[in-house]
Order: sequence, then C-alpha cells, then structure tokens
Amino acid sequence: MLEIKNLHVKLEEEDKQILKGVNLTVEAGKVHAIMGPNGSGKSTLSYVLSGKDGYEVTEGTATLGDVDLLGIAPEERAAAGLFLAFQYPVEILGVGNMTFLRTAVNSLRKARGQDEMSSTEFLRVVREKAKSLKIDADMLKRPVNVGFSGGEKKRNEILQMAMLEPKMCILDETDSGLDVDAMKLVADGVNALRDAGRGFLVITHYQRLLDHIKPDVVHIMSDGRIIKTGGPELALEVEHNGYSDLIEEEA
Amino acid sequence: MALPQLKQNATEARIAALDLPTGGWSAAARGDALARLRATGLPGARDEYWKYTRPETLTSAAPKPAVVFTPDETPLFDGIDRLKIVFVDGVFDTDASDDLSLDGVEIARLADSADIHWARDLYGTLETAGQSPVPRPLATLNTAFATDGLLIRVTGKLSKPIAIRYEHRNDKSDAMMHHVVKVEQGGDVTILENGPAAARFNQVIEVDVADGAGFHHVRAQGRDHERRAATHIFARLGAESTFKTFTLTANGVLTRNEVVVELTGDDAMAHIAGACLGDGDFHHDDTVFITHDAVNCESRQVFKKVLRNGATGVFQGKILVQPGAQKTDGYQISQSLLLDGDSQFLAKPELEIYADDVACSHGSTSGAIDDEGLFYLRARGLPRGIAEDLLTIAFIAEAVMEIDSQELQDEINSRVEAWLMRRRDQ
Ligand SMILES: Nc1ncnc2c1ncn2[C@@H]1O[C@H](COP(=O)(O)OP(=O)(O)O)[C@@H](O)[C@H]1O
Ligand SMILES: [Mg+2]
Repeated sequence: MLEIKNLHVKLEEEDKQILKGVNLTVEAGKVHAIMGPNGSGKSTLSYVLSGKDGYEVTEGTATLGDVDLLGIAPEERAAAGLFLAFQYPVEILGVGNMTFLRTAVNSLRKARGQDEMSSTEFLRVVREKAKSLKIDADMLKRPVNVGFSGGEKKRNEILQMAMLEPKMCILDETDSGLDVDAMKLVADGVNALRDAGRGFLVITHYQRLLDHIKPDVVHIMSDGRIIKTGGPELALEVEHNGYSDLIEEEA
Repeated sequence: MALPQLKQNATEARIAALDLPTGGWSAAARGDALARLRATGLPGARDEYWKYTRPETLTSAAPKPAVVFTPDETPLFDGIDRLKIVFVDGVFDTDASDDLSLDGVEIARLADSADIHWARDLYGTLETAGQSPVPRPLATLNTAFATDGLLIRVTGKLSKPIAIRYEHRNDKSDAMMHHVVKVEQGGDVTILENGPAAARFNQVIEVDVADGAGFHHVRAQGRDHERRAATHIFARLGAESTFKTFTLTANGVLTRNEVVVELTGDDAMAHIAGACLGDGDFHHDDTVFITHDAVNCESRQVFKKVLRNGATGVFQGKILVQPGAQKTDGYQISQSLLLDGDSQFLAKPELEIYADDVACSHGSTSGAIDDEGLFYLRARGLPRGIAEDLLTIAFIAEAVMEIDSQELQDEINSRVEAWLMRRRDQ
C-alpha cells in the first residue's frame, strides 16, 4: 500500500541531510511501527509524506497505491487516502471543531468524487464516533484544539482519522503527553479502525503504546535510516536495552 | 494663534457649504462648536494626528460621489429580534422604522425640535472633553452641523437591541449624524449599526455610561466600495460600568474610526475592538485614545486587519494612565494579516503612564497566513483557498470574541465568511 524507496530528504533552507535512504513498505491491513531516538528523522518522514513545506526530496520515491505522493499537494495526498495524526495538533481560534470536521469531510468527499454528506447524516456519524472516544458535545463545539488538554488533542486527531476514512494512517508520537487511561482510549480508537484495507505506521519513541496497538512489524530508525526491522519482539528489546546497542551493532 | 491661511481657507470653505441649524435646545452647543472649529481648523495633511491618513476628501466642501452599492444579501441583524431604526442618506425614515417605544428607554430624533433636557447637558459635552490633548475637528464640525441622529436615554435593561440601519441611495449624499446615548444607573443597552450611510459620512456618538450601567455596541460598515467615513465615539464611564464596542469594516475607500474613552469611576471596563477586511483601494484607520482616571479599571483594545491587493491599514492607539489611577489593567493589540506584498499596515501604539501600580501591555504585528495552520488544514483535505479563509477567520477571532453575544458573533462571522468566499480563487 505505502511504498517508500530510497528516500533522501534535506532541509530546503540549509544544507542538512535528514533522511538518508529510507526503504519501507506497509501492506494493507498491517500495522508497522517506527521507533528511534529523538532527532533520528521520524517526524520528518511523516511530514515529507504528507507534503509539508521546507523539505527537499533529493532522491527516491513514495507511493500510496498507484499515486505518486511526492508530486502532489497535501490536500491531494489526503484525498488519495493519507492521514497524519500530528505530534503537535494546531490550535485554530474562531473555527468550531464541528465546522472544521464537516469542511474536511466534504472537501475529501468532493475530491474523491462522492456526494457531500447531509448535515443530519454527518451529525449522526460524528456523535457516534465522538462518543466512543469520550469526546463530548462541548469539545465538538469549541474552536479546533483551542484550550484542549494534551489528551483531548490526541483524541481529536483520532476522531478526525475516523471521520476522514483514510487508507493509510501515520501516527506521530500519538502517545506523547498521555497518561495511561488517555493512551488506552486513543489505542482503542485506533484499533477500532484496523481493517483489512487500511495500513498503519505508528511512530513512537517508547514501547508502551505498542502494548496497546500491537504492531505486525517494527522498524528502528537512526540518523535518517532504518537500521533494523523485525517483529514485535524488537520493540521489547529496545525497551530493555535502549537504542544504543542497536545503533552500535549497525555501525 | 492664527491658523495657517490654507487651513483657514479650507475650513471656511467647508463651513460655507453647510447650514447651521438655528434655534432649539442645541443652538448654544452648536454655536460653541462652530467657534471651536474656527479656532482649530479642520485637519490638514501636515497634522501629526493625520500622518498616516489623508484628510482632504473628508474635509472638502463637497463630497466625492460614491456609486450606490446594492448588496445581494439580506441585511445584517435582520434575523434577530430588535427595534429597527432606519436612516436613508442620513435622514430618519419613519415608514421603514419600528415604533420607537420600548420599555426602559426613551428614543427621540435630534432633528425634532422638542426640548430634551437630558440631551442638552450632554450634546457636544463629551465631544468637547475629547478634544484634549489632541484636537478632533471633524467631530467639532459634526457637533455644529449634524442634521439628524438619535437621542437615546436608557433607564433599564432592554429586552432587545436597538438596531440602526443606514441606507445609501444618493451617490452624492453627505451625511452628518450625531447620536447621544445616556445609560442611567442600572441600565443596559445593546446598539447595533449596519449599512453604508452615505457617499460621505461624518458621525459622532456620545455615550455617557453611569455607575453600574452597561453599553454594548456592534457595528458593521460596508460593503459599499466608494464610501468615505469619519466616525467618532466619545465615551465617559462611571464606576463599575461596562463599555464594549466592536466594528467590522468591509470595503470603503476611506474609513477613519476614532474612539475616545475616559474611565472616570473605579472598577470600570472598556473594550474596543475592530476587524477590517480590505481589498485594493482601501484605507482604514483606527485611532483610539483611552484615559484611565480611576482605580482598578480595565481597558482592552483588539484590532485585526485583513489586507490584500494594496490595501492600507492604520492603527493609532494610546493608553493614558493619570496620576492615581492605580491597578490599571490596560491591554492593546493591533495586528494585520497581509495577504500579499503590496498591502501595508502602519501602527503607532503609545503608552503614557503616571501611576506606579499598573499593568499595561501593547503589541503590534504584521504577518502572512500561518504556515503550520495551513499545513494542518490541507493535510485534512481542505483545499488551499478554504484553508486560508478559515485561518483568516481564526486571525480576526480575538476581536470578534470581544462581542458578548454568541448570536451577534455568528452574524459577524457569517459576513466575514461571505466576504472571503467572494474572493476565493477557485
Ligand atoms: N524544519 C526543520 N528545521 C531545522 N531542523 C530540522 C527541521 N526538521 C527537522 N530538523 C532536524 O532534523 C532532524 C530530525 O528531526 P525529526 O524528524 O523531528 O526527528 P524525530 O521525529 O525522530 O525526533 C533533527 O536533527 C532536527 O533538528
Ligand atoms: Mg518527532
């Protein structure tokens, strides 16, 4: 489903290479995890795939199904089925969460050649999905992410993920800043979306999220490369021994 | 000191083009204003207070014509329960207006000759007080020559807002209107204004808010393109009173909105906010002067300007804290969102503080659309144009949120969205 080949990325503004040849394939129905020390390039990978400005791809490709992701605008990538749950969701004053969600849903449906969702249908679906994430009416009415706690922001990301029906979900440090209860809630939300047609790439620094979202494959990233790939046991190894052994082994 | 000849000539030419209303209860105030005007002269391009805005078209003997603009939308505030009062090119329209009786308020016309005792004490008084330390001669001109307006005395909490609608039908109309609002102790009023008033509009509102009283004001100027307007609000606030005003300005070639507030009683609160939307031939000037002359008062100024295609925004805002006005909390922010490199924002924030126990802050910024926000919204599938519009609404939200009523906030936001939508390039 998601296929990344030999991806090299540098910063647009300075001569700094951040990704140095990433190869990765996520199949439909599978959950892949990327772990790695801070600064290894995990967020950069998620941003480059979603189309954020400021990065330059110097080599390599990234495709979602038969769509070449790197050549199109962020909203077109979203329409193609890519979804990024942000590490730091952005606050948008003066725009109600509900208005934002409806605009996003209908923009995507339009781009995908589907009819707009009627307001009643939209309300019904949103309420149902919000309920399972313990998102109350007040949170839906408030401006997007404004005054939300860390946990509320992350749950709000998962609600968006549920509403936008993506094929490929990338979660960037969705566990950061969450207590155990909040993490369980978020993990349940993600697990509810696991489906034979959908792929996941779960980026995390710690192993604990992977207790709740069980990965099929675990990758270790260091200095802009994937240095090791294995099964769920690789995450446990990191948990016990840290990253340094793996990085030394590689070097 | 004698006025410079040019200034004197321009002032006399303007006066000669007008008829001084004679007789009646306001005659003394008008005569006094005319004398004051002759002493100061009308604003000229060299006046420091008019450094960023050219006053000529506001002071000329005759107005520049402005094409009558007929919007294809229902007028703002039409959907809400209100007492409606209509002025056409500055003249009261009896047929289009509601009956003026409402519990807790007396409303009369300035143009009526009946003696209004309470207004006699106020008309021109707050305007005169607001002439120091900076003269505001367009307001003095208005006190002398205003032909119509409303005299509103509020004695209770009103059950609905008073909504003044202005209509512009004559492309050469030159309206001069003067409202006086007196809110008595325990009174609370919301005044709404909307619509283009005339080709050229000179407006003064004097507002006296007694101890514990409340004044709320939401105004929308626009959407006509060729209008020129100079407005002044002069307010005096008693102890524990509330004064809130918000203005949305969409379009108009030249708008100068001055607000002069004096906090004279302890624990009073004044919030002055504005958002403007300018595209192309658009010059918008907010000039605000707040004087804290009592203890523990709060003032907030929040101004947001959205400018594109070479539009210009100006902000001159001053907080003056008098000796003894301890525990003053003064906040001032003025920001512009420049949607292209041709537009400009000129800001002159000032603080002058003569008390030691005060907290005052001010800030002014100019910037483009927020990149982080734009990426976030686009990553959710919103096309660039829609994403930019939402971020523009987010940009002005701090000002719109100064309106207490959610219903009125929604009314204003709907107009902002419509304005942006008409310009969306896809
Ligand atoms: N926009 C940027 N400007 C400057 N440095 C950046 C930028 N984005 C990423 N970097 C740098 O690239 C490296 C990888 O960062 P990041 O992708 O955030 O790593 P991770 O998510 O694994 O912690 C770091 O050294 C970081 O400082
Ligand atoms: Mg990161």
